[in-house]
Amino acid sequence: MVQSTTRGKAQLWVYACLVILFLLPLILPRFYIYLVSVILLTGLLATSLNLVLGYGGIFQFHHAVFYGVGAYATALVLTRSGLSPWLSFIVGPLMSGFLSLIMGLICIRLSKLYFGMLQISLGSLVWIIVYRWYSFTGGDDGIHGVELPDIISSPNSAYYFTLIVTAICLFVMYKIIKSPFGSVLQGIRDNPVRSEMIGINVRRHQLLALIIAGFFAGVAGSLFVVVDNTAFPDMLFWTLSLEVLIMCLLGGWFTFLGPMLGAAIIIALRTFISTYTTYWALVLGALMMLVIFFLPNGVLGYIEEKVKKGIIEPVIKE
Amino acid sequence: MLEVKSLSKSFDGFKAVNNANLDVQKGEIVAVIGPNGAGKTTLFNLITGILRPDSGTVHFKGENITGLPPYEVCRKRISRSFQIVNIFPRLTVFENVQISILSREKRTWNLFTPSSKLAIDETNQILENVGLVGKKDRTTALLSHGDRKVLEIAMALGGNPEFLILDEPTAGMAPEETARCIELVKSLSEKLGLTILFCEHDMEIVFGIADRIMVMVRGATVVQGSCDEVRCNEAVQDAYLGGSDVCLM
Repeated sequence: MVQSTTRGKAQLWVYACLVILFLLPLILPRFYIYLVSVILLTGLLATSLNLVLGYGGIFQFHHAVFYGVGAYATALVLTRSGLSPWLSFIVGPLMSGFLSLIMGLICIRLSKLYFGMLQISLGSLVWIIVYRWYSFTGGDDGIHGVELPDIISSPNSAYYFTLIVTAICLFVMYKIIKSPFGSVLQGIRDNPVRSEMIGINVRRHQLLALIIAGFFAGVAGSLFVVVDNTAFPDMLFWTLSLEVLIMCLLGGWFTFLGPMLGAAIIIALRTFISTYTTYWALVLGALMMLVIFFLPNGVLGYIEEKVKKGIIEPVIKE
Repeated sequence: MLEVKSLSKSFDGFKAVNNANLDVQKGEIVAVIGPNGAGKTTLFNLITGILRPDSGTVHFKGENITGLPPYEVCRKRISRSFQIVNIFPRLTVFENVQISILSREKRTWNLFTPSSKLAIDETNQILENVGLVGKKDRTTALLSHGDRKVLEIAMALGGNPEFLILDEPTAGMAPEETARCIELVKSLSEKLGLTILFCEHDMEIVFGIADRIMVMVRGATVVQGSCDEVRCNEAVQDAYLGGSDVCLM
């Protein structure tokens, strides 16, 4: 009973947010619409990372690779091929999912930190290829001025496209987490040995989780092309991966919407603080320390804890 | 049903299990006893595939299962509980057992049906059987040690096993919890007809519920036989009592 009312309230909040997000273009100027678009797609990227990090316990340290590859694949199909532009939004995520499968097959033999280190190395390899292969990827210039189908080319329509796709992706990921596969993934995170002993092929489940996470990171990459009309090598650089990781920790990596909140906080802060000082990284560092000391479960994790306590205590008294 | 032949495993030259032999017939309760460090848990790890043996074989129902990975062994309907509590601490009691059932039903690749709608009756049934149904919504981190050990067994039961391996099921339990646990093990054998292999330090429990006993010392099987045979075996007395001629118990 208690649980269902909590969930009902949380659902209400989500619907309210969605309505507000839908109405935003009516009140906000163009720059802020762009900013919210970037927050949404980066939040999607962080949520996809959290699927394997928070729910799967896999130390995916270089998640941005799949984001970048998704963006590049979409941009390349849009600029270099005669294929339908809509197809490019499927090709991007599929390429990311495929890369995730290949990297996963190599890395999955290792666990924890060793997995993460190997993943960073392989990811950096992909980055350097993109960075150096001028004739194909445009090297450090990246790909600019990507032409989009008319219906999503204006900032507002790009925003709505991003919002709808992000909402659908989050919904699908939420479904996955609540499915038997999601339960098993959390079981593996908590105790891989026991998982094997109840008949679960741990590596295969982890691999599927990695592919799913890579796929949705690719979706986020494709959305970036829609919002920004560009793809550039920094999207695959490991510092972005670190930033996305911080978003998960800041928002709360054991909560579903935590990474989205983390993305909103970090991108908003970075945008506004950068207008006052160039030492944004310093602020980020201080922020991170505060989170680690005072909110070890992240902002949303903290809120969730408070809500649960507020409801559970009176019940115990009865 | 289970036949272990001259199984050996060493770690960095230390022979943890050295020529262990064991056979368990269908429907039996067999106990493995031996001093600390005799290799009992290692033997269980070898049988269930957590470790690969250096030599020797394990046959289950006539099939060679030596060196199979744990998830394959589990699919042959061999389940085990662990000596040191080994559960999913962040999930609820209900979810812990439910995962085990979903895994057996091969539904773990299902991406879109909510788990909250699956295997509910069976999970409740198992929790009812082991007496944890009242605590099913608790996070397992909040359970008492005794309840966690019982949950261990409940998770093993989720695999619908024919053969159940219990590694010191009552270790660290309070006396009344121990009594409850023994009743549970007995009823599993009687009602569900499970074949049970367990190890235990409490001799009262061992002689109380085991049909046959296997004694391990320094990784090797000293003897396997009925309770009476084991009680008066000289080598066993040597290991336990330092060569006294008094019968155990």
